[in-house]
Amino acid sequence: MSAPASAAFGSDHNPLGLSVELGLDRPIRLDCGVEMPSVIVAYQTYGRLNPEKSNAILICHALTGDHYVADPHPLTGKPGWWIDLVGPGKLLDTDRYFLICSNVLGGCMGTTGPKDINPATGKPWGQGFPVITVGDMVQVQARLLDHLGIDQLFCAIGGSMGGMQVLEWCASYPDRVFSAVPIATAARHSAQNIAFHEVGRQAIIADPDWRNGEYQLHDTRPQRGLAVARMAAHITYLSETALHRKFGRNLQGDRDAFSYGFGADFQVESYLRHQGSTFVDRFDANSYLYITRAMDYFDLAAEHDGVLANAFRGTKTRFCVASFSSDWLFPTPESRAVVHALNAVAANVSFVEIQSDKGHDAFLLDEPEFHATLGGFIEGAARHRGLPARGG
Amino acid sequence: MMMMTLNNGALRVDLKLIADMVEPGSRVLDVGCGEGTLLSWLGKHKNVDGRGIELSMAGVSAAVAQGLSVIQGDADTDLKDYPAGAFDTVILSQTLQATRAPMDVLGNMLRIGRRAIISFPNFGHWRVRAGLAVGGRMPVTDTLTYEWYDTPNIHFCTIRDFLELCRVLNIRIDTGIALDRDGGVLPMAGTGWLANIFAAQGLFVLSRNG
Repeated sequence: MSAPASAAFGSDHNPLGLSVELGLDRPIRLDCGVEMPSVIVAYQTYGRLNPEKSNAILICHALTGDHYVADPHPLTGKPGWWIDLVGPGKLLDTDRYFLICSNVLGGCMGTTGPKDINPATGKPWGQGFPVITVGDMVQVQARLLDHLGIDQLFCAIGGSMGGMQVLEWCASYPDRVFSAVPIATAARHSAQNIAFHEVGRQAIIADPDWRNGEYQLHDTRPQRGLAVARMAAHITYLSETALHRKFGRNLQGDRDAFSYGFGADFQVESYLRHQGSTFVDRFDANSYLYITRAMDYFDLAAEHDGVLANAFRGTKTRFCVASFSSDWLFPTPESRAVVHALNAVAANVSFVEIQSDKGHDAFLLDEPEFHATLGGFIEGAARHRGLPARGG
Repeated sequence: MMMMTLNNGALRVDLKLIADMVEPGSRVLDVGCGEGTLLSWLGKHKNVDGRGIELSMAGVSAAVAQGLSVIQGDADTDLKDYPAGAFDTVILSQTLQATRAPMDVLGNMLRIGRRAIISFPNFGHWRVRAGLAVGGRMPVTDTLTYEWYDTPNIHFCTIRDFLELCRVLNIRIDTGIALDRDGGVLPMAGTGWLANIFAAQGLFVLSRNG
């Protein structure tokens, strides 16, 4: 699996990704006021930067994503999370564009996060890690672009929390984003979404193995809490229709009657337990607390005098906003609010609500209509940017 | 909904009339742009900075897929956000009769655009009158193709009704054109009595008075 996938990206492509220490020249000041003396950023690139440095696309990953966009995940061995879109000749064409994806600040796949050693104490950061924001994540990504010598992205693209980062990019660094694709996202985290995150966090914190976030020092891991957090969150990524189609009320394979107990009678229970138990193998509980908090704090309008349109005033970026009809985590009205704000500043914006019954996760899945729209938008943007056409 | 193009990429006759009225290099919003046929033509031939609004996912998807900037939405809900004077021309082709609040739509078009180009089926056409008067049935014609129970058209008007609304709203009519069933131009003089009987659709260029 890994050999052919990686071979497609050239002999010098390292499927494990790259890493750089940033902020050594000037500290990275976070929204909470803390200055990070330096931050390690783990990232991956695909394709080649053209001599004009005008073909870079930044992919922003979601809450539990990482920079293994089109490489097998080093811990799970699963194919990259956007392998459907990223590759030679694909929609995000690695033969034409230079794709960058970095693990977010606070993450646990190589970028500095709570499980790493705090140089000041010599111990893991744990709960001593500063509370981060989506703005902080984007600031670190901007430093990464500085490091790579890229002034302006051809495109910033991402779904869910990745879409929040895309919006933040357009608000904070408008001149550095030629085109932007925020997918299945919102300009602010809703009360309902904060509530779901709080359930997840409380599940982790209630796990005795969490140990006030110092589980690494005690050689324990709050696996049950993190698994429950994942189970609850996973429900929000799907739709009732999708869950029903997949499982209905079906009992597990070897059962033909209720057990009259609390084992996993139903297939959907077994599925969720599996989602929870595999998640803890690849994700850090404290990272989950910090990144969900960053999403909760995200409110682009609040950062601009309560008027979302102010975040985009004067923007020259070309936008393509997309939502999915059955997504109840980031429902279409959230995307519409972004579109209306962009209209209010007469921005160049396209918007489509894709009919899909797959819920929030649709942005990760094979959705032909979405891919056709996205492909057209990127082709059009490439034309306006003066990049060679497909096959040219 | 309707066939937007004839073969060879030529524009439908009424769209061609509209296209001819658009100034080269201007900013254009096409409300109800379908798959973007008019916008695409204007982009290629008149170098306009075009935007579109379209109700159907398929229409939006097809338009964006050819590189146009189109949002999924409708005239009733999505015009109010644009700032005043954002466009030189706002186009509403064959859609006014399907809006919930035509007065607000008209007002918004002339707020966000320096001028508006509007075409709509004329409910005063003699075939419509005959359908109701002689047949006693709700009219179904070439331009009004729906049965009463499945029509998206909820606010029909005649050309004279439209002229009266423009008077009430103090909207200036820069150009008024009456079109027959094939898109041929008929004379529209004076109060529009004759046009109101013989035109299948009306096409108007509007601007704010004063």
